Formats: sequence, C-alpha cells, structure tokens
Amino acid sequence: MGFVPTLLDGDMVLAESSAIILYLDDKYPQHPLLPHDLKKRAINYQAANIISSTIQPTLRIPILAYIRDNIGPDERITWVHKHIGKGFAALEILVKDHAGKYATGDDICLVDVLLAPQIIGTLERYNFDISNYPLLSRLSESYKQVPAIRNALPENQPDFPKELKGIILIRIY
Amino acid sequence: MEEENQAMKLYSHPMSSCSRRVRLALYLKGLKYECINITGVGDPELLKVNPMGYVPALVDGTTVVSDSYAILLYLEEKYPQHALLPQDIIKKSINYQAASIVSSSIQPLQNTTLVHYIGELVSPDEKLPWAQNHIRKGFVALEKLLANHAGKYATGDEIYLADLYLTFQLDNAINRFKLDMTEFPLLLKLYKVYCQTPSIQQIFAESSQQQIDKSLFNFTKPQEA
Repeated sequence: MGFVPTLLDGDMVLAESSAIILYLDDKYPQHPLLPHDLKKRAINYQAANIISSTIQPTLRIPILAYIRDNIGPDERITWVHKHIGKGFAALEILVKDHAGKYATGDDICLVDVLLAPQIIGTLERYNFDISNYPLLSRLSESYKQVPAIRNALPENQPDFPKELKGIILIRIY
Repeated sequence: MEEENQAMKLYSHPMSSCSRRVRLALYLKGLKYECINITGVGDPELLKVNPMGYVPALVDGTTVVSDSYAILLYLEEKYPQHALLPQDIIKKSINYQAASIVSSSIQPLQNTTLVHYIGELVSPDEKLPWAQNHIRKGFVALEKLLANHAGKYATGDEIYLADLYLTFQLDNAINRFKLDMTEFPLLLKLYKVYCQTPSIQQIFAESSQQQIDKSLFNFTKPQEA
C-alpha cells in the first residue's frame, strides 16, 4: 500500500497497524494488550476497528487532498468532523459500561493503543472539540499522564525536526 | 419456541460483504443462528445492538459484538472448530494483514453509503472511478502480499481469515464495480477457486435468494436524467 507503519522483525515483514499490534501481542506476551475475558476482548476488537476501519481511513492525507481538490478546502473540516463524530459517538456508547481508568478497565489494552494516538496530538489538526464526548474526554486526560503514550507522540521521536516543534502539522483549517 | 433463544442472532444484509464474511465463518464452524435481515438505514433495532448502525452485529447469549473483524476474532476464540487462523505466527499475521487491507483500506472507501455520498458531493459520474481507484490500490498490495503465501487459497490450502475477506471484496470488485482484473492474476485465480468452493457457493446462493432493492448497488448503468 505504500503506507507506514511497517514492521521488520527478523524474517517477518508486516504492515497494517492492527496486524502489527496483534502480531506483537502474540509473539511478545509481556504487558498483554487483550484481556482474558472473551466479552472484554470482543469490545476491544470492536472499538479498535471503529478507529482503524471507520474513522482513520477517511482522514488519510490522500483522501483529504481529494476532498480539497474536488469539492473545496473548507469541505475537509465538514468531512472530518462528520466521520470522527460518528465514530466517537459510537465509542462513547460502546465502552461506557466497561471503562475504568482506561477504555475497557484499569489497564491499557488494544483499544487504548489505537484511541490515544487518535486523540492526543491529532485532533488539533482538525479543530475537533472532544469536550462533547465526556467519557473520551476523561480518557484523554488519563492518556496524557501515561509516559509510553507521551513517548509515542510525533514530536518525541528521534527524527522529528526540532524547528517544527509546537507547530500543528497537517492542519486543515 | 423459547428454546430457540439460545441460538445466536446475526443482524445482516444480503449484499453486505462484511455480513457475508461472518455468515461464511458461521457456516464453516457449523454454528446455528437466526439471520435478521436489515434493509433500511438507521434501523432502530440495529442501533440498539450496534451504535454505529452498521451490519453485521452478532448477539450470542449476553454478548453483543459488532464489526465483522471483531465478530470473526470473537467466533474464532469462542468456537475453535474449523480454525480461521493458521497456527504459524507468520501465516497468521499475513492473514491479519490481508484482512486489514480489505477492512481498513478498501471496504470503508467503497461501501455503498460513502460512494453515494461522494456522488452527492462531487458528481454521480465520480462514484465508479472513486470506488475502482480505492479497490485497485488495495488489490495491488494484496497481489504482492499473497504472492509468497498463496496455495489453493490465499495463505495456504485451507480457507482462513484472509479468504473470508477476499471472497466478497473480489465479488464486489468484479460484479458491482466492474474492475479490470488484468493486473491481478493471483486474485482472479483465487476468486475462481472461491466460486467453485461449496461453502462459499452456499453463502452466495443465500444472498441471491433475498428480495432486495439492488438499484442501490448498481454503479455502472447510466444515471436517469
């Protein structure tokens, strides 16, 4: 597909973030990303897929470029808010009976691994206000306290250009 | 009558590739279920079960799961007969990757609701090129990915998760969107094998028996003035 991420692990070359995450969870069982309980696992799979198959595909740069070029630059905000809004509304309902400190309990699981980057360091590109989603807002505050999530932010990567720090990249408004 | 309550319920649509994946899995695993066909957008009964309002959605006792990826992994974990994932971690991961290419990069961008929406935003003539473009990109990736893994089926000689995704995406691509498959000889070969496979023929037959308005899924006839 020509997309990131792609993982190289010995002889294994694997793309697609959900495939990579499931592979890592299979092969490296420390800090399991899925609960033992089948119902909670199913909720994780479902919530993760709302993000990876319903929200994220519509936000990709080529899609937004298409919207800009074929409809107009201002349409991108409408498009993005529509798709994120629908997904977030569904997530609020889906995880509300399962959430603890994090989305499906008190440990970071699969859905948190997808949800945190969808919120932290991303929503400001689209001027999207998460305060309309009380549970996701609460989770967002929890995520900001997690060192592993902060370490995964773009500006904390070793190859992030220093001169771009503090600038909202790929902004569409 | 009340004894039937123990059977699973699947909210489904005959033309939905996501629903068909799950129906094939249920068939392969020999699981009985009540099929509830949802034909209208925003069906209130479906919204109670799946807040996204999409099919498929599965009710298994007190467990409710929506989204075909989640349903398939749930079924695989709870009903291990006729495994949908190989034991080998590399082949298993290739199945995840192929499924993800379809479920994240192809299907969401060619689903009927979005394609019609593009038709409203841009032009009715844009619907088919939009869908074909996104399917084609995904198929380019799948053709390369599976080259080193395919046997009779996508990742070997058994039907696995990847095949559940490919069968119905290929069916959409070829029959609904008339995609030129010349550059995808492996995928075309797989589709021909799928069409000869009894379990898959069963699912195709079930869909074609349903009375539905197929005009929503016709993207290749000229629009009426």
